[in-house]
Amino acid sequence: MLRIPCPFCGTRDHSEFSYGGDASVEYPALEAPAEAWLEAVFQRDNIDGVQLETWQHLHGCRMWIVVERDTRSHEIHSVRPAHEGLASALAQSADPVNES
Amino acid sequence: MTATRLAKGGYIDRDQLLNFTWDGRTLHGHAGDSLASALLASNQQVLGRSFKYHRPRGLMSAGVEESGALVTIGRGDRRDANVRATTQELYAGLVAQGQNAWPSVRFDAGSISNLFGRFLAAGFYYKTFMGLPPFEWGSGTGMWMRYEKIIRKAAGMGEASRSPDPDHYEHAHGYCDVLVVGSGPAGRGAALTAAKAGLDVILVEQEAILGGDTLAQPQAADNLADQIKALKGAGVRIMARTTAFGLYDGGVAGLLERVTDHLAEPPMWMPRQRCWTLRARYTVLATGALERHVAFGNNDRPGIMTANAARIYLNRFAVRAGENIVIATNNDSAYAGAFELAQAGASVQILDARKSIPDAIRAQAADAHAVLRTGAAPLMAHGAKGITALDIAGQHAANWREAGKTDCDLLLVSGGWSPVVNLLSHRGVKPVWDADLACFVPGQTNEPLSMAGSAAGIWNDNACLLSGQAAAERAVAHLGGAQGSSAAPAPGGWQGAITPLYEVKVPGRQLKSFVDPQHDVTTEDIRLAHREGYVSVEHLKRYTTLGMATDQGKMGNIIGLALMAEALGKEIPQVGTTTFRPPYTPVSLGALKGRNVGNHFRALRRTPLHEWNLEHGGTMTMAGLWHRPWYFAHSGETIGDAYVREAQTVRRTVGLCDVTSLGKIAIQGPDSTELLNRIYSNPFAKLPIGKARYGIMLRDDGFVMDDGTTWHLRESEYFMTTTTAHAGKVMAFLEELLQTRWTDLRVHVTSVSEQWAGVAVAGPKSRQVLESCVENPAAVSDTNLPFMGVLETTLKGKVPCRIARISFSGERAFEVYLPSDFCPDIMDALWESARSMNGCLYGLEALGALRIEKGHVTGAELDGRVTIEDAGLGRMASDKKPYIGSALRKRPDMARDNRPRLVGIFPRDRREIFNAGSLLCAPDHIEGYGEGWITAVTHSPALGHWIGLGFISGGHSQWHDKAVVCADPIRKGNTAVEIVSPHMFDPDGERMYG
Ligand SMILES: [Zn+2]
Repeated sequence: MLRIPCPFCGTRDHSEFSYGGDASVEYPALEAPAEAWLEAVFQRDNIDGVQLETWQHLHGCRMWIVVERDTRSHEIHSVRPAHEGLASALAQSADPVNES
Repeated sequence: MTATRLAKGGYIDRDQLLNFTWDGRTLHGHAGDSLASALLASNQQVLGRSFKYHRPRGLMSAGVEESGALVTIGRGDRRDANVRATTQELYAGLVAQGQNAWPSVRFDAGSISNLFGRFLAAGFYYKTFMGLPPFEWGSGTGMWMRYEKIIRKAAGMGEASRSPDPDHYEHAHGYCDVLVVGSGPAGRGAALTAAKAGLDVILVEQEAILGGDTLAQPQAADNLADQIKALKGAGVRIMARTTAFGLYDGGVAGLLERVTDHLAEPPMWMPRQRCWTLRARYTVLATGALERHVAFGNNDRPGIMTANAARIYLNRFAVRAGENIVIATNNDSAYAGAFELAQAGASVQILDARKSIPDAIRAQAADAHAVLRTGAAPLMAHGAKGITALDIAGQHAANWREAGKTDCDLLLVSGGWSPVVNLLSHRGVKPVWDADLACFVPGQTNEPLSMAGSAAGIWNDNACLLSGQAAAERAVAHLGGAQGSSAAPAPGGWQGAITPLYEVKVPGRQLKSFVDPQHDVTTEDIRLAHREGYVSVEHLKRYTTLGMATDQGKMGNIIGLALMAEALGKEIPQVGTTTFRPPYTPVSLGALKGRNVGNHFRALRRTPLHEWNLEHGGTMTMAGLWHRPWYFAHSGETIGDAYVREAQTVRRTVGLCDVTSLGKIAIQGPDSTELLNRIYSNPFAKLPIGKARYGIMLRDDGFVMDDGTTWHLRESEYFMTTTTAHAGKVMAFLEELLQTRWTDLRVHVTSVSEQWAGVAVAGPKSRQVLESCVENPAAVSDTNLPFMGVLETTLKGKVPCRIARISFSGERAFEVYLPSDFCPDIMDALWESARSMNGCLYGLEALGALRIEKGHVTGAELDGRVTIEDAGLGRMASDKKPYIGSALRKRPDMARDNRPRLVGIFPRDRREIFNAGSLLCAPDHIEGYGEGWITAVTHSPALGHWIGLGFISGGHSQWHDKAVVCADPIRKGNTAVEIVSPHMFDPDGERMYG
């Protein structure tokens, strides 16, 4: 029953989104050794509290976003575009699309 | 029990007589009656038989907690089992039947199992059936399989219709500022206060009419109608016949609205029920409290109900439930009813378990001319099918002793009240035990939510109203309005304290005392569970099935907890409480599924050639959400005949196949080549413009994700095709990479699957077919369009198209993509040409046969557990560049020699057939998972026998000279097979390249 405030579309039901994964994971360079990739792909924390996670607004604008969510209460603290360029462009925009 | 309908009073319409059928007899009630009140007024006492012991059961309550009068409503395909007679509104022509009894609830042959009760004690099912070592008369689950049918019949819970549900249901979404659940004094106070403050308020009430507990009181005592008018006037949106069955994250309440369950002839256009997802910014739970029973001997006899139930029957339905009434209580709340019943002409005796009671309460008993005995409680009820007399227990020091007997036809019990904290519990808030009030009261929560009225343990009407108003003021303040001044009243409100009373028993007397009547759980079962070592409430619940019936413990949970606490020598809060989960009351599956049924269960995707395929004799099949042509049978052909002919025709002349469902992605931008080179495991950096390449994508973890061809159209533009199954996944993955990991790449990806229709033209004569349809036939010559060549050109009629010479069938073949709207016309032209060359249309079945012959993999093989080497394509992967999955595909286990590898499979006796899904085993070791499995089989028209694809450990080199058995134990049995190369037909590809 989550609702996610998409930075591009406004607040929408979570059924429009698909869950990506842990947004704090830094994916290594493609040529990085297997150990670095094992760490990124398999060694995940099971966070009891606030975590960063990626979601895609699959049935909406199809943008990937980073959601800061409390895994205990499902409270969403912040949402921003995953693409840093878009995030900073949106932050500078005088009229962000956010109805909440 | 002699019940009487009163000449006046109540919320019924005496002018509207409603006939209904109970167990085959015609009875009548009035508009405004519940089925329960109509049955009571008709003096029907035995309304059901219990689950295990088939004991006669009657009305135990007047509401949602009912555990006795569970009946079956309706007939034919509109039959609902386990309906609480207390919550079913009466309508003309209603048909109701008793349950768990043969031939009827009055004369039940099954009640003999009462005599064998000792076999059915707590844990009976576990001990007897749940996989224990050989045990007395059988062992474990095997016995369960044998006896399940008999036990289910004997221990039934009503029988559902076996026909499809003819009704339809809806899903709806709603929004409001404040949701108020319950329309008793607290709920009405909250709704009115919030609405007057300008908030958008929804008030839900599970009953047909508003009022809550006010309906249990004499009408003169209030001005309910005026209050409801005021609510409407203030703009409160009222939803009656609606249950808030669950509370979820983000202020979401699940509501079940019963739209037509009370109508004799529901209009066709109305849904039977509506399931609401309601989002409220603030929620006030004024859900009331439920009166508890007490455990004593035969406390389940018809004619024994809660004290408040009798008050509801009297004041709301104008039915006096008995003449000679005993009221057993441990608190003040039962006395008002005593007076009202006496006023209605009944004689009343009161047994109060408390030693001393306040004078004011004593005066109420005197007003009712009731004989009052303090320090007294019910010990055992007499009467086979209804109570006729009661053994009384008297208190001596801390114990009970036998203290006489009295005749009665109705016994009313009040063991205290339990606030309905269920919805709060859905939010993960544990209730708190209040020892003074002997009940669980709501715990603290940080959510925008308040409990009000008796749901918060407040017993007095005025205080309930105030607590509702205070809750509304908190809502107003939370939503940015003015701060309120009302303080919420404290819990409690009786003049005398309650004395906890859960069970009455005397030494040396065997009693059958029920805790959870619906599941026939007795006090002895709880003690037995304790003796057998069950100390946790959660274990107790599962072992005895206490609280697991349709009332979910509304009736017996607290008594069960109290008995467990006693057995453990602890206090109730130390033993804990069980967590309530949604739904509060049962929700039909129909309401949960709404309109998502039949063809609406999932979306259907049709290709632009859908009608064309049907008109040309296509039989369709599902491929994911898509409808795709399966085969095109000529008259008299079976599917087997058709696909073999189609596959043969493709190899002999030419065939056309609708391949629109493949995923198509436009990849545009200066860094497109770099993107492709990173996501495909094989090299893409040097793919020339005008060429296509087959590519394999891996996941991050190194397993194969998808395969397909990507066409280089011009400098910075590519056209990617994916499998039908993984089209969405590949698209989302590319978007993820570009937006989260490789944000510096200047690439735009767009799904163009819907824009481009696709047709495969395959077979030796495919080029001639194309030549006849393009505007410039020379463009598709062998020189201009060689193997893997790509061409953007126009079809006749100036229709733009993209053509690549690529082959899935192993024949010379082309894939033609063109704007979807033009496809049927172009298909006409292609088909006219193909037909003139004795070509055919082919479907998925022939497509499958052709690709299996060639050993080409699809979703059946690429199931997410397969490496690129397993699929036999390892030589394609580049060692010169990094790409997605390149690091992790080198993990030791994935490089193991004996991993299952793709192989072809022939039956040893070429006349034999075998099945996909079979296991491949060594002949001397046909067990477990075997050595591998078969993913696809077909009759091969080219080879003249059945062939298959599959995986076997070590692959072809390990098994080509060994005997292998295809094990299919529950279908065909074992078949001797041999392992061959997956490239079973034209391994060198001469037909394709030539
Ligand atoms: Zn969006």
